Amino acid sequence: MKVTFPHMGNTFITAKALLDDIGLEYIIPPYNNKRTLEIGTKYAPEMACIPLKINLGNYIQAYELGADTILITGGRGPCRFGYYCEMSREILADANYDMDVITIDGPNGDIKKFLEKIKKLSGGFNIYKILRVIKNTTIVAKRVDELEKLTFKIRPRELKKGTTDKVYKDFLNKVKNVKGSGEILKLIEETEKKLLEIEIDKDFVPLRVGIVGEIYTTIDPFANFYIESRLGNMGIEVDRAVTVSGWIIEHMLKNILPVKKDIQYKEAAKPYLGRMIGGHAQETIGNTVLYAKKGYDGIIQIYPLTCMPEIVAQSILPSIEKDYDIPILTLIIDEMTGEAGYMTRIEAFVDLLNKRRERVENGKNIALSWS
Amino acid sequence: MSKRVGIPRALFYYHYFPLWKTFFEELGAEIIVSGNTTKKIMDEGSKTCVDEACLPIKIFFGHVIEIKDKVDYLFIPRFTSVSKGEYICPKFGGLPDMIRNTLPGLPEIIDVDVDLWKGGSNPLISAFEVGGYFTGDRRKILKAYNKAMESFREFRLEVKKGILPEDILNKKLRVIKKSDGPRLNIAVIGHSYNIYDSYVNMDMVNKLKNNGVNILTIDMVDSSVIKEKVKTLSKKMFWNYGTRAIGSALHFLDREDIDGIIYLMSFGCGIDSFVGDLIERRVRRKKDLPFIVLTIDEHSGEAGMDTRIEAFIDMIRWRNKGESNVSAHG
Repeated sequence: MKVTFPHMGNTFITAKALLDDIGLEYIIPPYNNKRTLEIGTKYAPEMACIPLKINLGNYIQAYELGADTILITGGRGPCRFGYYCEMSREILADANYDMDVITIDGPNGDIKKFLEKIKKLSGGFNIYKILRVIKNTTIVAKRVDELEKLTFKIRPRELKKGTTDKVYKDFLNKVKNVKGSGEILKLIEETEKKLLEIEIDKDFVPLRVGIVGEIYTTIDPFANFYIESRLGNMGIEVDRAVTVSGWIIEHMLKNILPVKKDIQYKEAAKPYLGRMIGGHAQETIGNTVLYAKKGYDGIIQIYPLTCMPEIVAQSILPSIEKDYDIPILTLIIDEMTGEAGYMTRIEAFVDLLNKRRERVENGKNIALSWS
Repeated sequence: MSKRVGIPRALFYYHYFPLWKTFFEELGAEIIVSGNTTKKIMDEGSKTCVDEACLPIKIFFGHVIEIKDKVDYLFIPRFTSVSKGEYICPKFGGLPDMIRNTLPGLPEIIDVDVDLWKGGSNPLISAFEVGGYFTGDRRKILKAYNKAMESFREFRLEVKKGILPEDILNKKLRVIKKSDGPRLNIAVIGHSYNIYDSYVNMDMVNKLKNNGVNILTIDMVDSSVIKEKVKTLSKKMFWNYGTRAIGSALHFLDREDIDGIIYLMSFGCGIDSFVGDLIERRVRRKKDLPFIVLTIDEHSGEAGMDTRIEAFIDMIRWRNKGESNVSAHG
């Protein structure tokens, strides 16, 4: 059994730590690239959302490298992600790719079979080992996200442009070759040190932009054309509230453990969207309000075309834009999205934010030359 | 003066109107339903609604715009789930918020939660909440609720017999042109608000009927049959519509008297994109049955739709006439 899993930004590091520690053989699919999306677009239903298409490309590219089993998390709706496992199973079967799909999904028998399989392969293990693995994996996920957040802070302030990107890229290349959560954590620490050594302009006050929206397209840099790095290099500090570690802790661990969930965003979303409607719509609304309250300069919402929950969020965002006087840009991604048009919109948005700041700095009543 | 409640003729209107009508009338409210969908309604809707939404949502916006100034209340329930363990499209759950945050100058919206996801949830709670807008007498609400449920059940029974909801709701008798060939049975799978709104689907139902086709929809399949059929799925569908659509499709596949399946989907519908694909795969694997997907959006040209429907029916008739007669040139 050679396990593989779909890419979503840096999730592969967490998955790697988990599978290394359990001792399973696995294949990391090639990083998301144009061919990944092309393969996915060929096999997926036309109107499916882009994460499914990229995932399918991942599976098939991993299959070409020898993988035969797919590990994916499930869900119970109403977002389409919950049915990804079944769609993948059917599509791969019809396309003659002989792969098993294993869903980590509540107690429905599937997981039992999986655990039995692991037991056979890794030569038996006990509950303490499982708990330790879960704990270490969670720590890795958390540390990776912290590292990413650090790059958000350093990138706009660095004196020599491109240094952060270089260090971070180096980390992504190296992390594939280390084994186990221990070594990964060590590498993260080293990278963190390197990032902190980068020379920065301490007096520079960057504009701050919050990124909200559907989880896959906000987290995966290939899907969103490396928006975080690009904004950073334009001198903007970005932040993203939805993270992989947050998802693991809030949605997987806290469902089992008797710990209180983080409901800050729910409270913030209440006046606009009072209920969970699936996907990340409530997070999108709630985090937008929270960013606005924290004094951020702008918000960018990103989601895949036809994403049902985010369409609801998008229709509500104009009210928040008005209530808090904060500019919001919505970017929608599908396989036809052109990079040039996308970048033009981001640049125009950044220009707008810069002008707004100038206006505040120069006093409110400046008039445009043509008005 | 009795209070006027506005009900947009869109989305779940086609499923629940008899229930809502009886309920509100029993409570002494006057019901105002928006007119049939027109080009104006569609244009107004697509102008105000976010571009990315699907056509049915845009049409809903159009209907709301048409009646919002004529009523005291707008009835836009927040549907999260209508059956145990199953959801409906997330857009239904956010519908009142979408309307409220997009359209200015609205009357009060009755946005009662309907969430039957947990086993044992009682829709009566929602009914009491709605009834509270009109009367403080809980017994009166209960009576209205029971009557409403009864007329809803009657309505569903009629539909199961094979009468299209559109005909029941509009109380019209169809004049069907006589067609040559033998009658065909074609299953039309799709959301009720797409199939029964004849403007949205460009009069597809009448076109089929005039071509000598008996239409079967998923509303005509008994829920016990559906439940039996979906047991073959490896993971339970968590959408109410998805379960019914796949269950019915499997049922139609097992029947010998079905000549073809039309899947009517709206562009950008998240659920259709998965359910339609799953059904198509099952049909293709199991049987040599004609299957077509018709996609509608606000730009659909009627001529293109007609051509596809006619070609589909012609193909079926040719197949039935001389199945062994294979043409020599391919």
